[in-house]
Amino acid sequence: MKTVLRPLVTLLGLLGLWWAVARFAGIPDFLLPGPGEVAQVLAAQRGFLLQNALVTLVEIVLGLGLGTLFGGLLALAMVFSRGLQRWLLPLLLLSQAVPVFALAPLLVLWLGFGLASKVLMAVLVIFFPVTAAFYDGLRRTEPGWLDLARTMGASNFSVLVRVRLMAALPAFGAGLRIAAAVAPIGAILGEWAGASEGLGYVMLNANARMQTSLMFAALVLLAGMTILLWVAVDVVLKKLLHWAPDM
Amino acid sequence: MSEPNLNAPSLELRGLTLRYEGQALFEGLDLTVKAGRFTALLGASGVGKTSLLRIAAGLAVPDAGGVQAGDGQKLAGRVAWMGQQDLLYPWVRALENVTIGSKLRGERADKPRALALLAAVGLAGRERALPKELSGGMRQRVALARTLYENRPIVLMDEPFSALDAITRAAMQELAAKLLAGRTCLLITHDPLEACRLSHSLYVMAGRPARLGPEIAVPGHPPREPDDEALLHKQGELLRALLEASGV
Repeated sequence: MKTVLRPLVTLLGLLGLWWAVARFAGIPDFLLPGPGEVAQVLAAQRGFLLQNALVTLVEIVLGLGLGTLFGGLLALAMVFSRGLQRWLLPLLLLSQAVPVFALAPLLVLWLGFGLASKVLMAVLVIFFPVTAAFYDGLRRTEPGWLDLARTMGASNFSVLVRVRLMAALPAFGAGLRIAAAVAPIGAILGEWAGASEGLGYVMLNANARMQTSLMFAALVLLAGMTILLWVAVDVVLKKLLHWAPDM
Repeated sequence: MSEPNLNAPSLELRGLTLRYEGQALFEGLDLTVKAGRFTALLGASGVGKTSLLRIAAGLAVPDAGGVQAGDGQKLAGRVAWMGQQDLLYPWVRALENVTIGSKLRGERADKPRALALLAAVGLAGRERALPKELSGGMRQRVALARTLYENRPIVLMDEPFSALDAITRAAMQELAAKLLAGRTCLLITHDPLEACRLSHSLYVMAGRPARLGPEIAVPGHPPREPDDEALLHKQGELLRALLEASGV
């Protein structure tokens, strides 16, 4: 009960604060619309908004899936071979040293206005926390577990797959939680840089036309989607990692 | 639970030298662990007991010297090792932890035998429990069952009961002595009572570089009763020897 009640109270508190500021602070409506107006826009334009939200959701989910897969494989490759690790680590850092923001227009130019550029942007944002956390987890296996496996005659490959990989799953889960929370950044940035649909595109257009209520409506939808995505990932992880002592 | 066909050989450590950051932890150290007997190695923390055991287990390489089986055959695949913690893998249940060696080697698990071993250590009915659902003593019992499942003639133990409370530890000592009887066991410990209860013969390891004292025989057969008079006397003697060796 408390797990449902607490976020609900926080949500209602934030809504109340928003309403009070919009109502009493003397800010004009076109700068800060109240929750009521935003709700009206949400209701009136729900078809249009949901259609665009679906586009963004597909981008985010594809990005999260591919980013997690790619990030996980990268971490495994780096642990499996020291040679590979020496080549991949600088690339990994470089991929984060170049701001995603700066890459977005380029990716749109190369991959077009469609899905591909947004998914790739999302992958670029998502894979790093997964790789970093998983790689760390793979390298920090409890030494006793490795010793035990060795005295039992396990091959290196068996130790990697049956001990190190399993032992690193909680760390992988931690990376995945972060990835789920930041996943929308890449997709929205991609849509800002050039798109013909999606919530980011809706927001950009609404902003240009001073339709602040519509902007807020898109924002509310985006935040809701992100939270639901995070909760879904969290639920799946808790099920899969039920054996972990701190889950 | 009797295991057939052990033919436990003696374990011979010859001329072992190990240096750490330029300092010799031990130098030219010799030790024969008698076949089918329980031998305890007693010493203060940091004297090099764990390093010695790791070398015997093949987990570390000495700077000089080597380890052989008394029967001249290869040691590989004939040594089991129990660490200071239970080292259960938290992602598999008690039963799969017992048979984990089979899985790690890519072999078929012998489930009936594992179940019988779990029953022998007093954990019948708990085979589906995850490690996090078991107490420290129960986890150590699973670890003992796992060691027995490996069915190796030589068993090396690195203070496996040191993290347990006194009562659980005493129960585990009895269980281990009973179930490991007939194997060549080397137990390292800093607890004189544990050494006296479990071993046929024991050695004190002290100094830097560390040396082994003369073999000390404990009268009677392990596991000795904790209130056995000869045992208590021996324990007192040993504690005194350890204190003198540490120079306090």
